[in-house]
Formats: sequence, C-alpha cells, structure tokens
Amino acid sequence: MITLQNIEKVYRTSTIETLALNNINLDIKKGEFVSIMGPSGCGKSTLLNVMGLLDEPSKGTVQLDGQPVTQYRDKELARLRNQKIGFIFQSFHLINDLTVLDNVEIPLLYRSQNGKPRQEYAKEALTKVGLSNRVKHFPKQLSGGQKQRVAIARAIVGNPDIILADEPTGNLDSAMGNEIMNILQQLNDDGATIVMVTHDEQMAKRTHRLIRLFDGTQVL
Amino acid sequence: MLLNYIKIAWKVLLRHPFYTFITLFGISLTLTVLMVLTSFLDHLLGGHYPENKRDRSLYVMLMVQRDSSLTGRNSGPMSFKFLTNYAKTLESPERVTIFSAFNSSNAYVGSQKIKLNTKFTDADFWQVMDFEFLEGKPYTEQHIRNGSYVVVITDGFKKQYFENTNEPVVGKDVEIEGIHYKVIGVVKGSPVTRPITYADVFFPYTAPKSNYQRSGLRGGFMSVILAKDKSDLVAVRNEFQGRIDRIPLPGVEDGFKYAQLEAKAEPYAENFIGQILDGGPGLKTIFFGIIAFVLFMLLGLPAINLVNVNVSRIMERASEIGIRKAFGAPVKTLVWQFIVENIFITFLGGAIALILTLIVIHLINSSGWIAYADLTINVNVFLISLLVCLVFGLLSGVLPALRMSKLNIAEALKS
Ligand SMILES: Nc1ncnc2c1ncn2[C@@H]1O[C@H](COP(=O)(O)OP(=O)(O)OP(=O)(O)O)[C@@H](O)[C@H]1O
Ligand SMILES: [Mg+2]
Repeated sequence: MITLQNIEKVYRTSTIETLALNNINLDIKKGEFVSIMGPSGCGKSTLLNVMGLLDEPSKGTVQLDGQPVTQYRDKELARLRNQKIGFIFQSFHLINDLTVLDNVEIPLLYRSQNGKPRQEYAKEALTKVGLSNRVKHFPKQLSGGQKQRVAIARAIVGNPDIILADEPTGNLDSAMGNEIMNILQQLNDDGATIVMVTHDEQMAKRTHRLIRLFDGTQVL
Repeated sequence: MLLNYIKIAWKVLLRHPFYTFITLFGISLTLTVLMVLTSFLDHLLGGHYPENKRDRSLYVMLMVQRDSSLTGRNSGPMSFKFLTNYAKTLESPERVTIFSAFNSSNAYVGSQKIKLNTKFTDADFWQVMDFEFLEGKPYTEQHIRNGSYVVVITDGFKKQYFENTNEPVVGKDVEIEGIHYKVIGVVKGSPVTRPITYADVFFPYTAPKSNYQRSGLRGGFMSVILAKDKSDLVAVRNEFQGRIDRIPLPGVEDGFKYAQLEAKAEPYAENFIGQILDGGPGLKTIFFGIIAFVLFMLLGLPAINLVNVNVSRIMERASEIGIRKAFGAPVKTLVWQFIVENIFITFLGGAIALILTLIVIHLINSSGWIAYADLTINVNVFLISLLVCLVFGLLSGVLPALRMSKLNIAEALKS
C-alpha cells in the first residue's frame, strides 16, 4: 500500500542541519494497523507527513499502490491526498469558523461529488463516531474527545484506503483515548489501513505491528 | 462551486469585521472619489443643458497675437466684426452664433442692488443652444435689426427681480444700468461652470453698451460653430483655419504690432484643457504633477492597502489553508477561492460607492454650491472604476496565491 525507500529528510536552517529521517525503508500492507513509537523529536511526525504526502523527503522514493509519487505535481498530489488518505492530527486541526458538519464535509468539497449529497456522507461519518447529535455545533463548543471524533469523521468521510493518525489520543485522557482507539480498531476491522503515531505502549500493543524510531533511524 | 466560494468568502468577511471594514472603506472611498470626479468632469466637459450639442460644436473663444520676437503677447475675445467675417460666413457649418463673454452689471429692486451677469448674443444663439423657455420666446433677427430694447432672463433672475412672483413676467419691464428693457422670454438658467451660456440676462447684441461696432480683430465676443454632423468637425475646422491663415501679417492692433496670429475653432474639451495648459511648461509640469499625485493618492494608496490587507488576511489563515490542502484542495482551487473573495468584496465596495456617489452628487446638485448643477453618474465611468477595482482585487489575490502555492502543509499545520 505504502512503500518508502531510502527516505531521508533534512531540515536546514541558517545555522543548523537536522537529519530528521535517516534511510527509512518501510512497507505498509493493505489492511495493516501499524503504530510508530519513539522519543520526542525522533522524526515520527516527519515520517507520517512524508507518508501522507504532506511533506517531501529530501531523498528516496514514496510509492502509493506501487506508483512512485516523486514526480507528481500539486494537482495529482491533491487528488491522492483527497481520495486515498485521511489524516488525524494530535491537535485536531478543525476550522473554528465552520460547524462540525462543514468541517467534516471538507474532503468532499474537493471532489466532483455525484450521488448522495455531501451532507448525507458527513452525517453518516459523524454517526460512525457517535456525534450525530452535534452537527450544528462549532469546534469551540466541543470537548477534546469530541473534537478528535469530528477529526476522525473528517478523515473517514471520503472512504480513504489509508488513515494516518499523529498521536490521536495524545491530548485526551485515557478513557477518551480508549474510545478513540476503539473507533480506529473498528475502522481497521472494516478494512482501512492505519498508521498511528503514539506514545502509549498500551495503544501500540493493540496494533499489528510496531515501528520504533530513534534519532530519525528505524530501530525496530 | 462558485456559490460555495461566495459562501466561504462571506463567512471570511464576517470573521474579520475590522479588516473587512478597512478594505471596504478603501475600495468604496476610491470608487466614490473616482466617480464623483469623473461625474464632475463630465459636467464640465460633456454635452449638457443648454449646450447639449457640444459633440458637434466648435468653440472660438480666444485670439492670440504675438509680436515678431515672440516676447509680447496679447490675447482675449474677438470683435464682433472679425467673427462675422471669419466665422459667421463659413459655408460648411449648419449655424454659427456670436455672443459676448459674460459682463457684470447691476439692477435695482427698490433700493436693493442685484449683481447680475449679462450677455449679448445674436439670434442664432437660441438655435445653437438648447435653452428651455419657461415663458415667452427668444428675440429674433427682427428685434436685432430694430435694436429693440428686449431681454431674455433666467428663472433665477426673475425670482430675484420680481420678488418670487409666480405670475408670468413676459412683457414686463426691467431696468438695468438705468435703461428699461422689455422681458421677452424666461429660460431655465445654465450653471456657472458653463461660461458660454451662463448669464442672468441676455440682450440682443444691438442693445446699448455691447460694443459690437468696434473695429479691429479683438473685442468682447466669442463664437460657437455648429457643424451639421460630428463627422464634419474636421472640415469645418479646416475651413475656419484656412480663413485665419489668409489674414495679412504683420498687423497692428491698438498700437500692438503683431507678427503672428492664432484663433482656433476647437471642441469644448480641447479648448478647456488647452487653456489650462497654456500657462507655459512650468504650469504644465505642476498640472500633470498634481494629477499624478492625486491619482496616486486616490488609487495607489487604497490599492496598496487592499493588497496588503488581503495578503495578511490570507496569511493569517495559513493553518486553514494547510488543513484544506491536507484534505485534497488543489492550489488552483484555493487561488480561485481567494480571487472570488476579492472580487466579491470589490463588488460590495462598488455597490457602497455607487450609493455614496449618488448621495454626494445629490448634495452637490442641491447645495446651491453651483447654481443649476446637474451632475449625473456616467455608466461608463462606473464600469471603468469597477474594472479598475477588479484589477486591483485580482492583483491582490495573485500575491497571496503565490505565497500559498509555496506553503508547505506540514509547516502550516505546526503553528
Ligand atoms: N521545520 C523544521 N525545521 C527544522 N527542524 C525541524 C522542523 N520540523 C521538525 N524539525 C526537527 O526534526 C526532528 C523531528 O521532528 P518531528 O516533529 O518529526 O518529531 P516527533 O518525533 O514527531 O516529535 P514529537 O513526539 O515531539 O511530536 C526534530 O528534531 C525537530 O526539531
Ligand atoms: Mg510529532
């Protein structure tokens, strides 16, 4: 599903160079639930961003379904992000001026949408995460766990093959975290491929495979 | 999709009421000033009451005589005789009128003095100009031949002299500078911004004190030549110029020896601008300098403000843009969103400006600041100003778009 070869990511500022990812080789299979762990600053988010086409590696190739995306331009990358990938962020990243429903609809805005109207899909996704009674709310009116469930609804509304979650439970208490984890597991059971960054060994144990990073290098 | 963009744009504008206010303020102020100014220019230079036929009229307002060293110069209106010989008798035009520049005079109502402007004209004046007669009729060739003591007055003067009477005053007597005249007609007055037709009282040129018999080239008269058709203007001009060129040089006028002589039949606007520019290169530089400066102040600053406000407004939304991109928004789509947003706000500004302009114009027209002012909004002017704003709107959409296409999603989401 996702194949990374010899991935290297260097951040250059005027004074220092940081090697955030160093020769990463990875293959995520369809239907897998993979977790990534490692100390703060070891490159987990960077790795997830590269996988999700949100950031370009300095070296190496990223393949999606066997297709290298290195040569792709904005339009094609946008289409891939839109159709194949759903992102969940640690800090939710909802748009505060839009209602819950409008937030969830966002991925559908950038598709030529046929059939059922966008709202139906968005409501369906919200039902899956148990928030069908909050559609008209604004993000500020929601708890952290509710926000993250809206974010999950947004990630799954377009039925992507891959869900990339960067510490989805990092800002939540353990009960809420467990609930989110249950939703993700359900999605995985329904066929979604999931890659999740986490600090929590308990969460990681519930996934199929664990990848450990240390200073930008894969150690497990 | 467009409706969606507009919906988003509307939400964004509401989200930043202060910026929106500043932007709208800038746009509508620019457009308002632009529209009022052009409306005023149109009022000055366009064909309006009673000079409705300006588009096929040529104005002969000034003769310039220069001596052989080109240091001495003598200029001003012309003699009635000169205009009769050189303009009135032209063959190509439909009609030619000769009239005096306006003179001031006094009349008395009881012991109260009324200052008034008078004008001596021929009978053709009433054919070339489109005065509206509220009462009576213009004087005719007959009156002029007989040297009748008749006058055409304006409604404004009627009000003053006859103390707001609503009764018709044709046939009544007015006394000006000790001489009695019979009112033969009352016209709706012309604004002072049209000096050719502006006066309170019109006399036949054979009335006393017109000096129409003065010999020589210079005097107190001017002329408007009405061509049969707009397309004839060049031919008429050439015919007139041909006659001027045949005037023997050098000559003497009131002791002034001139070697060069210039009298032009020009469209009104050309004449108007020519007079402003006639003051030599220094004045010309100042004139264009001021125009450039005013244009910059009126258009440049709001444009810069517009660009600036738009860029910062959009950059402030970096994280939103990051989110949208992460979920599949192509840069092209986002760029369109911003352009629609800018166009939308421009149209809002345009609508406000239209209302403001109508108000300002109404105020000018009704304030009495210019008597008989009749400013209107010119549709072309409005469309052009809107276009200018649209261009600025587009420009200010392009800059953020460039920044945005370079925006790294991961970076944008970090903040
Ligand atoms: N834009 C940037 N410019 C410079 N260095 C960066 C930039 N982004 C990340 N880094 C560096 O790259 C390294 C990896 O960062 P990354 O965010 O991937 O870490 P992480 O494993 O996600 O950490 P955490 O668990 O705290 O989220 C860090 O050392 C960080 O300082
Ligand atoms: Mg991280």
